[in-house]
Amino acid sequence: MKSGAAMVVEALKAENIEIIFGYPGGVVIPLFDILFAEPDIHVVLTRHEQAAVHAADGYARSTGKTGVCLVTSGPGATNTVTGLANANFDSVPIVCLTGQVPRSMIGNDAFQEADIVGITRPVTKHNYIVTDRSALPRTLKEAFHIASTGRPGPVVVDLPKDILTEKLDDQYPESIQMRSYNPVIKGHQGQIRRAAELLNEAKKPLFYIGGGIHIADASEVFRKLSKKTGIPSVSSLMGIGGLPADNPLNLGMLGMHGTYVANMAVSNCDVLFGIGTRFDDRATGDLATFAPHAKIVHIDIDPSAIARNVTVEVPIVGDARQVIEELIGPCRAASIAPWLEEIDGWRNAHPLNPDAGGNKLSPGMVIQAVSEVFPDAIIATEVGQNQMWAALFYNYRHQRSLITSGGLGTMGFGFPAAIGAKLGNPGKTVIDIAGDGSIQMNIQELATAAQEGLAIIIVILNNGYLGMVRQWQELFFNKRYSSTCLRKRAECPPACNNPGDTCLAYIPDFVKLAEAYDAVGIRVTKKEEVIPALKKAAESKNRPVILDFIIEEEANVWPMVPAGAAISNMLLGDET
Amino acid sequence: MTHTISLLVENHQGVLARISGLFSGRAYNLESLTVGVTADSSISRITLVCSGDDNVIEQIKKQLNKLVDVIKLTDLTGLPAVHRELALIKVSASPSQRGEIVQVVDVFRGKIVDVGSDSMVIEATGSTEKIDDMLTILSAYTVLEIARSGLISIERGKKIKKVLKGV
Repeated sequence: MKSGAAMVVEALKAENIEIIFGYPGGVVIPLFDILFAEPDIHVVLTRHEQAAVHAADGYARSTGKTGVCLVTSGPGATNTVTGLANANFDSVPIVCLTGQVPRSMIGNDAFQEADIVGITRPVTKHNYIVTDRSALPRTLKEAFHIASTGRPGPVVVDLPKDILTEKLDDQYPESIQMRSYNPVIKGHQGQIRRAAELLNEAKKPLFYIGGGIHIADASEVFRKLSKKTGIPSVSSLMGIGGLPADNPLNLGMLGMHGTYVANMAVSNCDVLFGIGTRFDDRATGDLATFAPHAKIVHIDIDPSAIARNVTVEVPIVGDARQVIEELIGPCRAASIAPWLEEIDGWRNAHPLNPDAGGNKLSPGMVIQAVSEVFPDAIIATEVGQNQMWAALFYNYRHQRSLITSGGLGTMGFGFPAAIGAKLGNPGKTVIDIAGDGSIQMNIQELATAAQEGLAIIIVILNNGYLGMVRQWQELFFNKRYSSTCLRKRAECPPACNNPGDTCLAYIPDFVKLAEAYDAVGIRVTKKEEVIPALKKAAESKNRPVILDFIIEEEANVWPMVPAGAAISNMLLGDET
Repeated sequence: MTHTISLLVENHQGVLARISGLFSGRAYNLESLTVGVTADSSISRITLVCSGDDNVIEQIKKQLNKLVDVIKLTDLTGLPAVHRELALIKVSASPSQRGEIVQVVDVFRGKIVDVGSDSMVIEATGSTEKIDDMLTILSAYTVLEIARSGLISIERGKKIKKVLKGV
């Protein structure tokens, strides 16, 4: 006879889960009790449940394995919502176990009760409440199956306390059949043939890769297809790393902060070949003028992602790796010299400029230095300017090397995600590129990282602003820096838009904060200090490092496509 | 355009919330939704009527198919199918009006299922249009209350997937 809690642990072991991220509370004590002496499962105690989900997310994105988190009922469960929505948007396999009040008390507004299945329904791939102990093994099996197959996503399993304590003599199933859930993996042969023909006949073909490249583990086969055809590629934020950044066929990221060459190539290609991407609004800009001359081919494992935003000539539902493998044969080396010449023209006309001007550090140059010192790192990012600079200026070379919140745009994601990534890849350098605003959204996880002995490097690009919103305010709201100056004190004039070096000190002092958490803290203000500081950070073996780079306050992310405009309509930052 | 979609779903807790939540969360237009268990008690049939342009309808179907609890989706629009709705209509009816009302009800093959001293309840089944037409005629009297079931539909003929026989 085994308790429900013992069954949960049996399931975790059967699914080869070596690490879970959690936070205990009243109703899940029985489960934590079994984990107390469990040698095969490492329980990482985060300092907030949101961070537990983000850490499971970073673990999953960087390893391809399913991330698991375990939280208590009520507030423990509701704190996971942002993490779940984030993982759902970016198709990350997570099983989130939430405690629930005993069945007899559900619906009675019991202490720490929340209808978490109701709350998380729209932000998960699927969710369950276990109301019958005998259904527990199958439910857990289904949860792991659903989370990791098809288009992956988070699955919540809500576990009433009395389910965890009820004993039954049962087994965790080895396999499962679901009549209502059978994702399509193999692409339609006729469609694959048509797609290859379109590519072979195109004069200006272009690949457009998304996060599906990483999820399907398709980077290697895509590199083969790219090499064989010689067709250039652009990438969404999520697709970065699918092709090495320094490959001449890689034109970089498209979209609102995409490269000039990528956006011009999309706007002029005659066949756009999308792989594992949603054609989302940050990538496409104005849909009416998106890729206006192109026939679009779209491979995606999720039929609902196809033809949602753009008209698709050849839709292919299937797993990106399998479909690409089948495409390599029929696709020919393209004779597209004039197209590549045109592309080189755009590339040379407006290359990315890392120099923000001014006397302080340029964020682009800081990121380039990170790339130079740590060429094979896993880069996690927060959200905002830091994310875009990290996307544009780091030289990504590997699949799953950029861990970033693409769809939901969750500030505070990067650092806990870096914790998960480091635990999943202990041999690799893991760096969180952060802004001084977003790092504060889950800064409490310094305790987790320090106690776990994780030498994560946090690169704070400190401009004293919520920089991305400030950039919009500068460009579109007449420089009215409403609630974006992080140096603002009670004494300040209410409508200041011009803080300077005479302002009171920034709060918090990140170097002192690092010390308070037994982490290493280094402030960097001069160009010549950048590389030495990064090398110093590399020396840390088991303590997190905060590098507080004081950057040009009003540095902007260029290029920029104004919201709703055509992506060929870029502000390049050199306008006067 | 209006589409009638028939779904076979796992008879699980919360499945109705998943479907109604999908419509509200993605701002799709849901006109009616009915649910009932099939001969196989583990499967329910949902008939829903929704509207939108072709792209929206395509997305509605894809999103419904994506729900883990949805076993099979059939868009009955344009297929040979039987559609029925039930309406219970309470009208104010003085003894002198009863005769006229009964005549109207007969024309629409409805039934009088309750008669009170100054009102009566009419049961009507048929297509949504037929019930709408009947209500138009009855609006000449005072309609006190209406309860409509929403549309239920079933495809004609005997074509059915083997595993779902009898549902």
